[in-house]
Amino acid sequence: MATSPLLEILSRGRPAEAHRPWPRFVVGGDLWIALTNGLVERHWTLAGLWGDDGAVHMALIEEASQSLAIATYDCPDGRYPSVGKYHPPAIRPERALHDLFGLEPEGLPDTRPWLDHGRWPVRHPLAAEPAAGTEAQPYRFLPAEGEGLHQIPVGPVHAGIIEPGHFRFTANGETVVRLEERLGYTHKGTERLMASMPVTEAARLAARISGDSTVAYGIAFASATEAALGIEVPARAHWLRALMAEIERLANHFGDIGAVCNDAAFAMMLAHCGALRERLLRAAAAAFGHRLMMDRVVPGGVAADLDETGIAAIRDAVRIASAAFPRLIELYDNTASLQDRMIGTGIVSSALVHRYGCGGFVGRASGRGFDARRTLPYPPYDALDFEVPVLNQGDVGARVWIRIREAQQSMALIGQILDRLPDGPHHVPATGSGPGEGVGIAEGFRGDVLACVAVDGDGKVRRCHLRDPSWFQWPLLEAAIEGNIVADFPLCNKSFNCSYSGHDL
Amino acid sequence: MIADLAIQGAQMALVLLLAPLLTGFVRKVKARLTRRRGASVLQPYRDLLRLLRKDVVMAENASWLFGAVPYLVFASTWVAAALVPTFGTNLMFSWSADLIAIVALLGSGRFFLALAGMDVGTSFGGIGSSREAMIATLAEPAMLMIVFTLALVAGSTQLSTVADHMLHSDVGLRVSLGLALIALVMVAIAENGRIPIDNPATHLELTMVHEAMVLEYSGRHLALIEAAASLKLLLYLSLIACVFTPWGMTRPGETVVPLLIGAGAFVGKLAIGGFLLALFETAIAKMRVFRVPDFLGAALMLGLLGTLLLFVSQRW
Repeated sequence: MATSPLLEILSRGRPAEAHRPWPRFVVGGDLWIALTNGLVERHWTLAGLWGDDGAVHMALIEEASQSLAIATYDCPDGRYPSVGKYHPPAIRPERALHDLFGLEPEGLPDTRPWLDHGRWPVRHPLAAEPAAGTEAQPYRFLPAEGEGLHQIPVGPVHAGIIEPGHFRFTANGETVVRLEERLGYTHKGTERLMASMPVTEAARLAARISGDSTVAYGIAFASATEAALGIEVPARAHWLRALMAEIERLANHFGDIGAVCNDAAFAMMLAHCGALRERLLRAAAAAFGHRLMMDRVVPGGVAADLDETGIAAIRDAVRIASAAFPRLIELYDNTASLQDRMIGTGIVSSALVHRYGCGGFVGRASGRGFDARRTLPYPPYDALDFEVPVLNQGDVGARVWIRIREAQQSMALIGQILDRLPDGPHHVPATGSGPGEGVGIAEGFRGDVLACVAVDGDGKVRRCHLRDPSWFQWPLLEAAIEGNIVADFPLCNKSFNCSYSGHDL
Repeated sequence: MIADLAIQGAQMALVLLLAPLLTGFVRKVKARLTRRRGASVLQPYRDLLRLLRKDVVMAENASWLFGAVPYLVFASTWVAAALVPTFGTNLMFSWSADLIAIVALLGSGRFFLALAGMDVGTSFGGIGSSREAMIATLAEPAMLMIVFTLALVAGSTQLSTVADHMLHSDVGLRVSLGLALIALVMVAIAENGRIPIDNPATHLELTMVHEAMVLEYSGRHLALIEAAASLKLLLYLSLIACVFTPWGMTRPGETVVPLLIGAGAFVGKLAIGGFLLALFETAIAKMRVFRVPDFLGAALMLGLLGTLLLFVSQRW
């Protein structure tokens, strides 16, 4: 840790008290700019940028030293030097921050609103004094000029049962020249709702931010709160959490591998993968009492212990899945017409993935080997044996292959966890002394979920920020489709499968 | 004369009644092949009835063309389907219209549908129309080459004559006919918007071809278009059946029993064709839009090769 250039720079700032397990420093303008330069020069990666009452926080990850730190810039005058001006991944977080807090990023080239579509009753709802709402302004999409270009607006309401988001294509015939996303349709004011909630109640809300990642969100939020309150969680709880996280990852990977193939009109994979996913969900329901394991992770441990029948149900489902999966991989790999669609479609370059700090299978398919379970290890993964598959092609096929191999790893991990599950209590009371601040990170199926929680003296949430991995994946989808044909967009989009709800909060 | 008219009438009614069943059957087989229970084979009838009872919602800027096209498409497809001999070769209208007329009828139906797709001015309609036009410009020449091959073998472009020739003269196995069959199957897949060219079951607007063109249609208009699509599928299957597997078809002047046998054979051929289609669609993924020219180019080449081989193998 001592050799970390990031912590060296940060230590020139003022450390915040009671911020666990990773430190937070209050920095001035020159340090803030030095940190921004470090982002541009790729010494560290942006892991999140969010607002507070009169302050801006920036989470940074330095992979080489396996450290995470948070920098805070106090801006009582409501202005701060824009990071997005030099480092594009910060543009959307800064636009969202402006919508929520009204803090002005100085020099940000793109000042259009992001989450605020002009339909809220107030402006800057998280600011100390929200302003009255204004009329909705027409959104200016970025221009694309040239002969024969035409625009195709898609969404926010789609034909399938998916979340809402607007995609504006500028195409030349079938070739996409530019795609611009517009998100924010599922903004629910989660962060505002969480403020002043008791932590146990806030945990239920955190579990509902993105239903397919409910366990990951649960773990991230719980570990942040536990860090803030100084709670030591029993070992068995950690292992049970990891078990649920792997079941969630496996179920989502199965579902999405099938769904990607179905978008290429190959329904066979969807049918078989869907059956595997269903078995896992039923096993989860038998073992934990909920198919998606929602609210099973609570601050202080897990809600219910796992008994022998539950273990048997999970073992059974995984045994069936690991018997059937190789044949499905073979089917996937040997169907030439399917491979023809997957290979070379929607390529994301390694440089972009690194610049955006893009996690999850999107990053790992383009050569960024970041996995929170490995890079910032949290229990019990430090004691488990698993591989983090990485590929370099960066196309749809690579993303599917990463997910196939991760599914295999998860099946092995579930076996390991069940074999070595420690005895003891599964829960301790989530009472602790505030105030305190905590950071939690958990590797969901999509990527790393970051949770930062500040708890006040009464054990209530003062400010909570949850950063979905999709924040740094959505922009890359725009890059992935460029130069591809319009008809390949659904395939690219499904291979990313970003969260709308987790992004819009 | 009256008997001929009755047979022609029965044929027209038969294709119309059977078409939704064929669609339902293909869907059912596909569902079973992907381990689903699937809707009843009668579901397309229910869908058509439901759509017929529903109100039509028209876009504000739709022109008269938009409302007229469903009738045009349905009528041209039905007439074309009625021209393909199903259970008997003695079709009354067959003498007034031949294979080229069938191609032309289907082509004009598609032309109007593509116009209607662009009429309302939505981007999806435009995308669908442009893709449909691309597929059509490639499928039609291939279809004509197939027609030439058949016409050269049978000495006529009239389907009744072709079927009669295939059924009763000593045609034997001919390479040209094999090539024509493969080419015709490829054209049929493309024309009906089946996988791998188009996916009739997709909800993804951006990948659609046929479905994108008709996205704006509702109510009875949509019912007519859906019925026309079912009819077209049946037309191509019966075309393949009539030319390449004419067994069981009756000749002029036969009694009721052979007619019934012919009808039974026809239903059996449709079932086999529908099953094979479902099997093929389950085993293959949809191709990229820009691979379609390769696919249809191959069909054109096969058709051309079939024609050329006929000349080469001609007994002078």
